[in-house]
Amino acid sequence: MISSPPIFCLDSIRFKSILEISSLQLGAEPVTAVLGPSGSGKTTLLKLLNRLLSPDSGTVKYQNKDVSEYDPVELRRRVVMLGQTAVLFPGSVRDNLVVGLRFHGRTPPGDDVLNHKLELMGLQLELDRLPASLSGGELARLALARALLLEPEVLLLDEPTSSLDDSTANRVVRHAVEGAAQQNTRVIMVTHSEAIAAEYAQTSVRLRHGQVQLAVSPDAHNPNEEGSA
Amino acid sequence: MNGIVEIELIRLLAAYLLALGVLFLARKTGAVNEILVALLRMSVQLILVGFLLEHLLEQPNVILTLLIFLVMEVFAVHNIFRRVPLPTPPGLRRVIITSMVIGTVGSVGFFLVVIVGVEPWYAPRYFIPLGGMLIGNSMTGISLGFERLAVGIRDNSAKIEGALMLGATVHGAAHSYAVAAFRAAIMPTVNAMMGMGVVFLPGMMTGQILSGSSPITAIRYQIAIMLGIFAAVALTVYLMTTFGYRCYFNHAAQLRLPVSEGRNTLS
Repeated sequence: MISSPPIFCLDSIRFKSILEISSLQLGAEPVTAVLGPSGSGKTTLLKLLNRLLSPDSGTVKYQNKDVSEYDPVELRRRVVMLGQTAVLFPGSVRDNLVVGLRFHGRTPPGDDVLNHKLELMGLQLELDRLPASLSGGELARLALARALLLEPEVLLLDEPTSSLDDSTANRVVRHAVEGAAQQNTRVIMVTHSEAIAAEYAQTSVRLRHGQVQLAVSPDAHNPNEEGSA
Repeated sequence: MNGIVEIELIRLLAAYLLALGVLFLARKTGAVNEILVALLRMSVQLILVGFLLEHLLEQPNVILTLLIFLVMEVFAVHNIFRRVPLPTPPGLRRVIITSMVIGTVGSVGFFLVVIVGVEPWYAPRYFIPLGGMLIGNSMTGISLGFERLAVGIRDNSAKIEGALMLGATVHGAAHSYAVAAFRAAIMPTVNAMMGMGVVFLPGMMTGQILSGSSPITAIRYQIAIMLGIFAAVALTVYLMTTFGYRCYFNHAAQLRLPVSEGRNTLS
């Protein structure tokens, strides 16, 4: 696997009583997993990376530049995040696919591109239909397609599978990772599933009570250690 | 037919009897105390303001006139915050107050100087009742707009954060809630214009006709005041919603729901 310098560097981070990280590097590999029980600060960590939250103290650097020196919206266009529950915006499947591009002020592509994106996510949907009746797994993949259409440098996935059963969750993550790899988008993904981390991530970071327990490098990562959480 | 039939004091008491009769009907609804307080306040406030206006009309005084306008303004702003028991993010109070002042002072000034053209500009006979109408309607509009804005942003916080995560600007993520709040807040005024003259005769026009003005004069005033009210409401609410929704975001374009909502965005 290609390993490069980490794209995120965190130093002496403190966020309320939720997170306390003295030093952490992230994103050197195509896919990084952030593991840990609920309430361990995983989501908070992710939101610090694209400045949806700002730390009380310490610095977060993206590409060697403090995130507070970026325009926050500009940063989030390069480091796109998907929340735990897929958000539906008003309108059809098409509207929901292109809403991110519209947020960026970009012109949406033609239907063939949109259909292709949906197919890559394993979805076959009429672009004109309303998405209200989609299943949880379909919604998660629709949100994923929406995010990948933006072709971000980094995709932050916040437990995109928390409401899904194991096999659906696995499928969603597989689509995310494959889709991201095709366009050179790095993935940093929060999950509580050791199995998903072991299968898709080259590096894992483990959080407990808001502190980094250990960052597992690709060499040391051993899929046979699963199930300890 | 000059002047109006004076309501004698004894007949006024009969009107109170009517209200007490209604109170009797409402005795089991639990609203009796509230109605009593409202009746009492209405009576005392109107008697006081009646004597005050009587005095002011005899001796027009710019400072006293402006002071009364200020009191109405303060009362209106106070009422907005009392009527909408929702937490305000930092800066929104200032936006609401500024919108009220700019919107009402601007439209009252325009109305008096350009439309009615009174001399002197502070002539209390015009300044106070017209100012009161514009402030009162703006107050209702802003209360409604503020409530819609706060509830809209609170109930759609996941959607707004989802938009920010995708790289939306604050405008892209939340401006639609400001637009919705504006629409909701001006609807009562719009509906009032729709029904005016057919469903009901507006109060000011009725008053003028009762006091002996010709209906043609009365409708001229009514049309002018309705346009003034619409302008005041639209202007105050527009300012409030346009600048108000940004108060829910900080300088880093992060959604900041007011604390007592209890639903923050942490993991």
